[in-house]
Amino acid sequence: MRLSECVVVSAPPQAVWNYLADLDNYLHFLSGVTRWDSEGDVPSGLGARRRMLIKVGSAEVGGLIEMVEWDEPNDMAWSSVTGIDQRGRFRLRPTGTKSTKVEFRYQYGVAGGGITGWLSEQVSAPSLSKHLRLSLQQLKRVVESEKLRPSTAKRRSEPAEA
Amino acid sequence: MASKPKPAGDVSTNGNHGQTNGGAPKISDRVPLDGLADTVGRATGEAVRLGQGLAMKGLTRVARSLESRLQADLDDRDPDYIRENLPLSWLLATIWYRAEVRNLSNVPEKGPVLLVGNHTGGNMSPETIFFTLAFSTYFGVERRFHQLAHNLVLASPLGPFLRRFGTVAASHKNALAALDAGAAVLVFPGGDWEVHRPSWQSSKIAFGGRRGFVRLALEKDVPIVPVVTIGGQETALWLDRGAWLAKLLRLDRTARLKVLPILIAPPWGLTVGDFLPRLPLPAKMTSEVLPAIHLREQFGDDPDIDEVYEYVTGAMQETLDGLAAERRFPVIG
Repeated sequence: MRLSECVVVSAPPQAVWNYLADLDNYLHFLSGVTRWDSEGDVPSGLGARRRMLIKVGSAEVGGLIEMVEWDEPNDMAWSSVTGIDQRGRFRLRPTGTKSTKVEFRYQYGVAGGGITGWLSEQVSAPSLSKHLRLSLQQLKRVVESEKLRPSTAKRRSEPAEA
Repeated sequence: MASKPKPAGDVSTNGNHGQTNGGAPKISDRVPLDGLADTVGRATGEAVRLGQGLAMKGLTRVARSLESRLQADLDDRDPDYIRENLPLSWLLATIWYRAEVRNLSNVPEKGPVLLVGNHTGGNMSPETIFFTLAFSTYFGVERRFHQLAHNLVLASPLGPFLRRFGTVAASHKNALAALDAGAAVLVFPGGDWEVHRPSWQSSKIAFGGRRGFVRLALEKDVPIVPVVTIGGQETALWLDRGAWLAKLLRLDRTARLKVLPILIAPPWGLTVGDFLPRLPLPAKMTSEVLPAIHLREQFGDDPDIDEVYEYVTGAMQETLDGLAAERRFPVIG
């Protein structure tokens, strides 16, 4: 099953990338994720591993994932090592001078195949699509507020200096 | 297989019929019908012997099959099989029971652990299915997880399926073997007594004073993690445990059955025994995992078994009361 959602963030690709590149941030914007623990010696970048779980229906599913693509500031992708078969990707593309189109692709498959596997994928798709959409909305909110933070801080500090 | 019939008038010297001793009629004296009766009798005798032989072979095979099913071979657990069957469990749990398992993070990440649950839902026990699903997806199918079940459950047609999921016959010896293997072991001390309690006692922990789980945890020095479930008693309407009926039929001695429940369940209506496959009502199921109890840390080097029992059942009852208070309607949840 392949799912894809996108959003336009009012920030340059590098700003979005800087936020995404810190894997510790993911718990703050990924919807439905209940676990996102670092595994191994690589905290971020290519080869970084995380043990993740996402709530889907009656179970928290996921497993160990590894970053398999890290092309700053354009693409990052992860793939499953254990647990359900999954592959996720953030694709950043500039739109205009000060905004970025962020696409969140998620591909997954349940083991065993057959009718129950197919049915499970169909039943879980709406719930996962919703998680993807909410995650992107949250990412947009966070990155845009991060972008505004320096100017807000500067504006606040001005009266004190005056 | 019947032997080839001999011509009418032939006299057999074998079998129970058509004996030729003493004053048996001579061939020339006999009318054709006598011969027919003789042949039929001989065939019947052989069929009876054959039937007895087959029955004995069948019984022996069933006995051997039951014996092998009840042996605790922990290697019967098959992680690949579990992984392939998780979609079915997930569909059942998500669509039919809207199941929810809370606080699985309370289970220690590694090492043997004794999960102690209250048993619900009769012989179908839906919480076993969705808790196994939740555990397997949370910790991965690679983590060894065994559930102890009544002999009759393992002897049922579902037995081979359950064994591949890690279910073993409920016995102290099997539990010790599983804990020695470093597994998380799920036990239901209430057993058949609790699982068939009347539906209006749904929010009551009923271990029936069975303290074996405390001894087990102390013996292997493993933490106890209580798992409290509600909703299973709404998958049918249990009217009575039928303990009196089990005693009357001496099932308590012959089949380790303390109860013979009387329930109303689709599609059969009024049922005795809960042995037939039935359609469980789609009751909302909720399980909550409580924090791990490290007995020697909490109760000293030589814990009092009664005190631990009271503590564990008390904590579970408190949680069950909370879960019951959350429910607004039967079945719907």
